[in-house]
Amino acid sequence: MAEHIPVPVPDGDSRVFWEGVAQGKLLIQRCDACQQFIFYPRFLCPHCFSDSLAWVEAQGTGTIYSYTVVHRAFGPFADQAPYVVAIVELAEGVRMMTRITGSEQDAVRIGAPVRVVFVEADEGVTLPYFQLN
Amino acid sequence: MRPDRIAAIVGVAESDLGVTPGKTALQLQAQAAKAALADAGLEKNDVDALFTAGNWAWSPNLMLAEYLGIQPRYADGTNIGGSSFEAHLGHALAGIEAGRFEVALITYGSTQRSDQSRNRPANHATLVEQFERPYGLPAPVGAYALAAMRHMYQYGTTSEQLAEIAVATRKWAMMNEKAMMRTPITIEDVLSSRWIAEPLHLLDCCLVTDGGGAVVVASARRVGSTRKKPVWVLGHGEMLTHYGITNMPDLTVTGAVQSGQAAFAMAGVRHEDIDVVEIYDSFTITVLLTLEALGFCQPGEGGAFASDQRTAPGGAFPMNTNGGGLSYCHPGMYGIFLLIEATRQLRGECGPRQVPDAKIALAHGTGGVLSSSATIILGRDA
Ligand SMILES: [Zn+2]
Repeated sequence: MAEHIPVPVPDGDSRVFWEGVAQGKLLIQRCDACQQFIFYPRFLCPHCFSDSLAWVEAQGTGTIYSYTVVHRAFGPFADQAPYVVAIVELAEGVRMMTRITGSEQDAVRIGAPVRVVFVEADEGVTLPYFQLN
Repeated sequence: MRPDRIAAIVGVAESDLGVTPGKTALQLQAQAAKAALADAGLEKNDVDALFTAGNWAWSPNLMLAEYLGIQPRYADGTNIGGSSFEAHLGHALAGIEAGRFEVALITYGSTQRSDQSRNRPANHATLVEQFERPYGLPAPVGAYALAAMRHMYQYGTTSEQLAEIAVATRKWAMMNEKAMMRTPITIEDVLSSRWIAEPLHLLDCCLVTDGGGAVVVASARRVGSTRKKPVWVLGHGEMLTHYGITNMPDLTVTGAVQSGQAAFAMAGVRHEDIDVVEIYDSFTITVLLTLEALGFCQPGEGGAFASDQRTAPGGAFPMNTNGGGLSYCHPGMYGIFLLIEATRQLRGECGPRQVPDAKIALAHGTGGVLSSSATIILGRDA
């Protein structure tokens, strides 16, 4: 039996985000009240508690805030190791967990500029990954 | 030191540790609770408050109370990860100070090693976990690796410096007959152990064991009728900073900054007054970040601070004297064992690993992925 990765379950907070991913767009929220960008999506602004939030398309660029090369992985990820999981800080200032994909894994460094790519990580599951610029 | 005496740890015990096939989480807690109450010289029916945390029931408090035959009039099931038990002790102190109960029993038990439960990813990622779980970061080690990588980037911290902590902790374990790993290791052994998640090696990581523990806390009024000398709860602080590692405000700064400041202020003691330190060592980096956040050294200086076996037996900073989560035991949530060892050190019960004349101890729990911090300062009568 093939093991599948944990599938994101779109909900009232996240549905727009995943619909965007399916269309090749990286959507984040911005607070109408304090103008700060917000990720992950939610019902209210964690900075000022306003519930007036708008969706905006992120530039899709950022830098690596930190990363790890995973050597011991489990379940559906076991056969993929080694692979790079990172926290990327987007140009808008919010952070996302992601994979760093592409052929230059040895060049992955904190601070390296990266750009979003949309990858079918499992059957029917597209995720925003990043690759080095 | 604060002059008033409100609540004290009066009994501590572990259950069977290591690999306990056939045992249940309830059995381990019952075994530890019986031994801890015997240690205190108290009876089951003296217990009027029950504190526990775990994921083995939808309500661990209800199930455990029934199993033990206790009907507590106060319960706290705070679950903030491995630091829950430092939080429980702080909450017990507050409840006793408020006059709500006299004797609290805090327990923990887990059969995670025998269950092999730790590494099964769920099929679906819901709520905020849908933004992390699909990427395959192994929990929790991957999150700690991200923090270690960032600390190395910002401050030049090295794998050798992290390895110093694992080596020193193993030396303490060699003097604890209950410790699971008792063969000496070198810094080279740590560095040549296989990668788990860079920059963390296998020997940077805690054990996966079964085990349980119990702590009995009594009001000052009840301390006169207990069997051993009290270990007073002088200070407590806790801090919750995030849930997922992506949302940790700064990967190099934990909530131990705030929890430590609160605990030191409540206890009325200074860093140089602390004789022995028990710091949650889920990973070597956890210890390093905690030492900095608690203010035992400056931010970025944790690597230098831990060097030259400073935390080993005979070193200037005795730490994790039971062998820690790295070498003694680590049944999922380790926090209760920090309290057990700190209490035994202050009672002078630790035999070859006893820190001479220890009067004041600090125990610090870290939960989740550096998500929660809870600090306890304990002291004995002179
Ligand atoms: Zn706002």
